[in-house]
Parts: sequence; C-alpha cells; structure tokens
Amino acid sequence: MKLAFQLAYRNLLGAGLRTWLNVGVLSFAFVIIIFYNGWIDGWNQQARRDSIAWQYGFGQLQVATFDPFDPFSITDAHAALPAEDDHLTPVLLRLGTLYPQGRTMSIVVKGIDVNQTVVDLPTSALTASKSDLPAIIGEQMALASHLKTGDEVLLRWRDIHGTFDAATVTIAGVFPNQVPGIDKGQIWVPLKKLQDMTLMPDEATYFIADANFQHTEIAGWKYRSQEDLLYEINNIIKMKKMGGSVMYLLLLAIALLAIFDTQVLSVFRRQKEIGTYISLGMTRQQVVGLFTVEGAMTSIFAAVLGALYGTPLLGWIAHTGIAVPMNSQDLGIPIADRMYPVFGLGLILATLMLVVISATIVSFLPSRKIAKMDPVQALKGKIQ
Amino acid sequence: MKKYIVWIFFLAGSYSTSGQSTPDARLIISRIDENMSSRNRVILSDMIIHGRRNERILTAKTYAAGDNRSMTEYLAPEREEGTKMLKLEDRLWIYSPASDRTIQISGHLLKQSVMGSDLSYEDMMEDRKMTAIYDAQVIRNEQISGRDCWVLELNAKVPDVAYEKRVVWVDKIRYVPLQEELYAKSGQMLKKTTLSEVKQIQGRWFPTRINYKDMLKQGEGTDYIIREVAFDTDIPDYIFTKAVLTK
Repeated sequence: MKLAFQLAYRNLLGAGLRTWLNVGVLSFAFVIIIFYNGWIDGWNQQARRDSIAWQYGFGQLQVATFDPFDPFSITDAHAALPAEDDHLTPVLLRLGTLYPQGRTMSIVVKGIDVNQTVVDLPTSALTASKSDLPAIIGEQMALASHLKTGDEVLLRWRDIHGTFDAATVTIAGVFPNQVPGIDKGQIWVPLKKLQDMTLMPDEATYFIADANFQHTEIAGWKYRSQEDLLYEINNIIKMKKMGGSVMYLLLLAIALLAIFDTQVLSVFRRQKEIGTYISLGMTRQQVVGLFTVEGAMTSIFAAVLGALYGTPLLGWIAHTGIAVPMNSQDLGIPIADRMYPVFGLGLILATLMLVVISATIVSFLPSRKIAKMDPVQALKGKIQ
Repeated sequence: MKKYIVWIFFLAGSYSTSGQSTPDARLIISRIDENMSSRNRVILSDMIIHGRRNERILTAKTYAAGDNRSMTEYLAPEREEGTKMLKLEDRLWIYSPASDRTIQISGHLLKQSVMGSDLSYEDMMEDRKMTAIYDAQVIRNEQISGRDCWVLELNAKVPDVAYEKRVVWVDKIRYVPLQEELYAKSGQMLKKTTLSEVKQIQGRWFPTRINYKDMLKQGEGTDYIIREVAFDTDIPDYIFTKAVLTK
C-alpha cells in the first residue's frame, strides 16, 4: 500500500498541469462547500440566539387556543392565570388597525409588562414616555409605517365585547432588531394600558418564561419549550441548507467529472505502464488500487490547496461578516444586517470526508477496466 | 350595508305626516325597527369603491326577505360576475364561480372588507333592533342639504355593539336618514354615512345614493347607488337556499 501511495504521489506530480487543474477545481468546490455550510450554520446560531433574546425567552406558556400562525385566533385567545408566577412575563395580543398618514395597516397590538427583563425589548421607553398611550415599534415596522420616535398615529381596536375604540398612540421608541416575530406588523404598548383599553384585566395571551420557570400543567394553557418554539426556525434553516446544497453539489460534480475524465484518459493512455506494473509482479487489483489512490490523492491535494487560500479567506469572512440587504428580513426569519459564518471542526472534517470519498469512488470506477486487461496486450500498448 | 338599507326602507315607509314638534326619539327608532313594512324587496345596485388610484364599480342584484334573509348576486364586472352572497339568520356564505367553492364567512372573517369596500361583512350582519341595543334621544335640530332634520343620538345600552354611539340626522318631513356618524368609545368618529338623492318609489321616500366612509383613512369611501328597487314582489323560496349559490 505504501508503494501505491509513493507511486501515486510521483505520478500526480509528474502529470503536472493536468493534476493541478483537477486539484484547483476540487479545492474550489471544497472551499465553497465549507463556506456555504458555515454561512448557514452562522445564520442558524444567530437566528436562534436572537429569537431567544427577543422573542421566546426560555419558553412560553400560551393560552391553549392560541395559534401564533393564525392571527384570527388572537381575538379569543386570552385568559388570566389561576396564580401569579414571578418567572412568567405576561403578553396580551389584540388585533388592531393603525392609520399612519391616512393609510390602513392591520396590526397586532402587544401589551407587555413595562418592567420585564426576560427579553431584550426596550420596554423602559414605555415608562419614560409621558404620553397617555406610548408604544414602541421595531425598525421594520417603522419602515413600513413611515413612523419615527415622537410621531403620533391613530389606533383603532375592539374591546372584549367587540366594541370599537380608537386613540392616538405616541411612538416612544424605535428599536433595532433582527427578529420579524416581534417587529413586523405590530406595536408594543404597556400591558396594563392594553388590559384597560380592552376590558381584559389580568389577562394575557401568553407568558414568556425565564430561566428559573418550572412548568406544571395548567388547564386551558399549553407550555411550549424553547426548543419547541425554535422548531420552525430549525426547519427553515434545514430547508435553506438543502436548497443551497444543490448549488455546491453541482460544483462538486463538475470537479469530480474532471477527475473521472482524467482517470479514463489515464487508463487509456497508460496501458504500457499498466502492463509493466503487472509484469513486474503487481496484481491487477493492486494496479486498480494504485489508480484509485491517485484519484483520492488528488482530493487530498485539493484539501491542502483549499486550506492554503481558504483558511485566510474564510477566517477573514468569519471575522468581518457578510452584509445582508435590508429586504432580506422579508423571509420571516431572524436575519442580522451582518451575518457571521461559523466554521466548526465537524463541518470541515465532514466536507473533507465527502470530497475524499466521492473523489475515490469516481477514481475507482474507470480503473476497474484495468482488472480485465490482458497484460501482454497492455505492454504492447494495444488498445483494449 | 343591509342595515342602512333597512333604515332606508323603514324610514321611507314611515310617516310622511310628521309635524315639526320633536317626537320621542325612541318612538322614531322604534318605528325604524318595526317598520320593515315591505315583505321583501329586490334591489339592483352599483357599489362604487373609490381606491387610491382608481375606482371599481360592482353591480349586484339583491333579494331580501325580512331582516334575516338575503341573497346578492354580482353581475359586473366580469371578474366578479357570478359571485353570490347568501345570508340566512346569522350565517353568511359566499360562492366564488372562479373556484366553484362556497365559503362560510364566520368569526373573524366577518370583520373583513366586502369586495375591498369600506363596508365589512359584519356591517351586513347586524340584525338586532336598534331599540334593543341603543338608547336614543333627539339632541338638536339641524339642516342637512337644505332639509330640516332631527339629530338623534343613540348610545349603546348593551356591551356587545360595534359602535358605542351613533348620531343620525333624520329628515323631519320624509323621515329619511340623511346622515349617520358612528363613534368609538373614546368619542373618535369612525365612519360616516351620507344618504342622498331621496326619491319616492312605490309610495316610499328613500335615498338612492349612500356614501359610506371610513373616517380614519384617506379616500372618498364607497358609494352605494340603488338603480332599481321593487317591494313586495314574488321571490321564490329557493332563492334563500344554499343550492342557489352554485346555480
């Protein structure tokens, strides 16, 4: 086997430009695969981190009939907890209509305890405001509604009986964030105020749990753990990963095709060499092994070359991040304005395995022909 | 919209012998509630929806019997042609010929706009008598479009009403509402209805043009124009069945 590696190494170096073209293309595929997966992993980590910090906390206790994906469930999803729990922060959701500049915007009005600390929402701005009805909104909402801090806008809502009410809301703050779930199409107001406005004292739609919350079953309420709440994000990330893999697998396929072609050409052009190996005592299988090792070694060279230019390049990207256009927020998943890829050891090793194994397979396939060769004819250089 | 039509029909059918003295507002309202004098009616109407950039005109034929049953078929434009709405008691169905599906509009869907207009399905669904849900009083006399009117203020006496307060201008001579304003609990005016082009048809005075305007948003609102109306005609019972939707 050692001989096979030595021969393969010499043969590859001897092949010159042909080898380095293959190595170059394969190394490019290698780096792209690591970059793309690192980018998705970085996005995943950022989305999870931001969602926990801004939206989910350590889990949520929701009214059983509340469905976050069905805005129509909001009207009836409200109740009071049988007993207060210091580890739960109440949030009350109501449907409303905002009228910025005479336009109609259907929104969700969210009431939250102004003294909460479980999520990063800057609710202190609500207490600092002298307005009768202060509200904070996210950057995306501010962009869509053309509202800024200090603006006043008319809000219409219904109380618990369905009676319309309307009042002027003062925007007490616009907070930058990357989480559409707490931003788009919604405004945040003091919980007590919203409870008074809607005649729903002590009621909430869901509670955000802190790290010390211990869940026990409560009739009419359902508990969704942090992982449960992150399930959708995980699914979207997985889907993006699958979708993106098509692109880099195509690139890999092109590189592998180049190796395959090279191997076919080698088996065709190096018949005398193959005959010589066999006449010197190598079995056909050993010769097949030699050619296969040559292909596999191409992938090792590609990994080394990829590491040479990929390490500084990807390291720099991981350090500076990649700017994301603002309208990318429309995907409905937390996306930072600058994403930082994460290149873990597991990802690099998995990619290395993928490239080496696939290169070995495509090298072996054309080499099988050697096993059927007549060594005498091969020595004569006759095409078989 | 149905409610306004109800008002129109009542008022058009009520006294034309009114004196100039201020009557009891409850009596007026009571007569509005009670005087659904026509057994049924068939209305051919245009609904003009004024958008920000353009306007849409929907032509529809409505069959209505009493307070609780009505069926509307849209005749134009081509895109809406064949769309039907059936209201039976507190249930509402919409049939769309494009999808060949009948959908029941219920719960929160009732709060949605009708065909993009300033009217919601819920506005069409209110069946309760005004006297049952509002306390009324005549608060002043005023002229609207040169007509002497009583101004009625209606304040909700039950909690589950959409509008806490209504103010209605009623023509003293014809007993026709000429204007209505709907208010939120805070006193903010939410919607305004202007009724005009009052004509006498089959012995009744009633407006044939209604402008319905959401006061919180820009725009000219929605115009509802009655082109033809016939009272107490023979409407077959099958018109008020779900089967008629897909016919």
